[in-house]
Amino acid sequence: MTAPSDRPRPPARLRVGRRAVHLPTLGVLVVVWAMLYDEVSAGVLLSGVLVGLAVLLAFPMPAVDSTLRLRPWACVRLLARTAVDIVLASARVLRYTFAFGRVPHSSVIRVPLRTRSDLMLTGTAVALSVVPGSVLVEVRYATRTLFVHVLGAANAAAADAARADVLRLEERVVRAFGTREDIRLLEAAGGERGAR
Amino acid sequence: MTAVLDWIALGCLLGGALLSFAAGVGLVRFPDLLSRMHTAAKPQILGLLLILVGIGLRMAPDPRVGILVLVALFQLLTVPVAAHIAGRAAYRTGRVRRDLLAIDELRDELAEDSGR
Repeated sequence: MTAPSDRPRPPARLRVGRRAVHLPTLGVLVVVWAMLYDEVSAGVLLSGVLVGLAVLLAFPMPAVDSTLRLRPWACVRLLARTAVDIVLASARVLRYTFAFGRVPHSSVIRVPLRTRSDLMLTGTAVALSVVPGSVLVEVRYATRTLFVHVLGAANAAAADAARADVLRLEERVVRAFGTREDIRLLEAAGGERGAR
Repeated sequence: MTAVLDWIALGCLLGGALLSFAAGVGLVRFPDLLSRMHTAAKPQILGLLLILVGIGLRMAPDPRVGILVLVALFQLLTVPVAAHIAGRAAYRTGRVRRDLLAIDELRDELAEDSGR
């Protein structure tokens, strides 16, 4: 609402009575519906549209500030890096799991993110939670700060390394989905805010 | 060609089973809820993905593979939410072994909040 210049065109909407249905959301619901079936037929698509409409009308969602861009190359990089991270981190958690007789020490670290966007914050939090070794304990929405429990981070050096990892993840998420403004903010902030 | 794919599928299924087993071991062995969340929520993600890839390779040309993609997608989207809520509740209700935390930057932050 506050930045109309950042919005290229209003999202496609279909008015049904007093409610408006967000057409891209309906499209995604139809695709999900179709994936549940063996084959795509006219009946499946039609029932998908009907079910999607019913769901969207029965459970209206708050409008998301959808200032989102998809950069294909950066998305591929984000996915590839996250896949590698998942494998590496799984191996690390596996090592702690089978180190019998030793109890892993951990840390709860504070990571102030550089982005101001809700979607980037959510994206970073989700990507972070998917990668093993880090559990999100608290999100400070006002200051865009994440508090992360890092398994096996037993000293300050390990905690700093984990913090740098989170900031790199944030950068990859912003570069994959962020607007130009988001990326500009990220580059302006540099790595300084992470080095507390 | 199918034989090779079968072997890859076999590897994925075994790997997934191993990771799920590790998640179980970690659940029993780790000392507090936050540590346990790491194994319960995480090797399980890779484990599940490996198992889904394994099944997907076995039924490859079948269009029902779409369901596997949905399972993976919703798992990736919902696990973080559940893990965050459980972790937050655990921390705030004090179910954390503070003696096992080398650094705790959240405690200071919460203390500041209540002091204000």
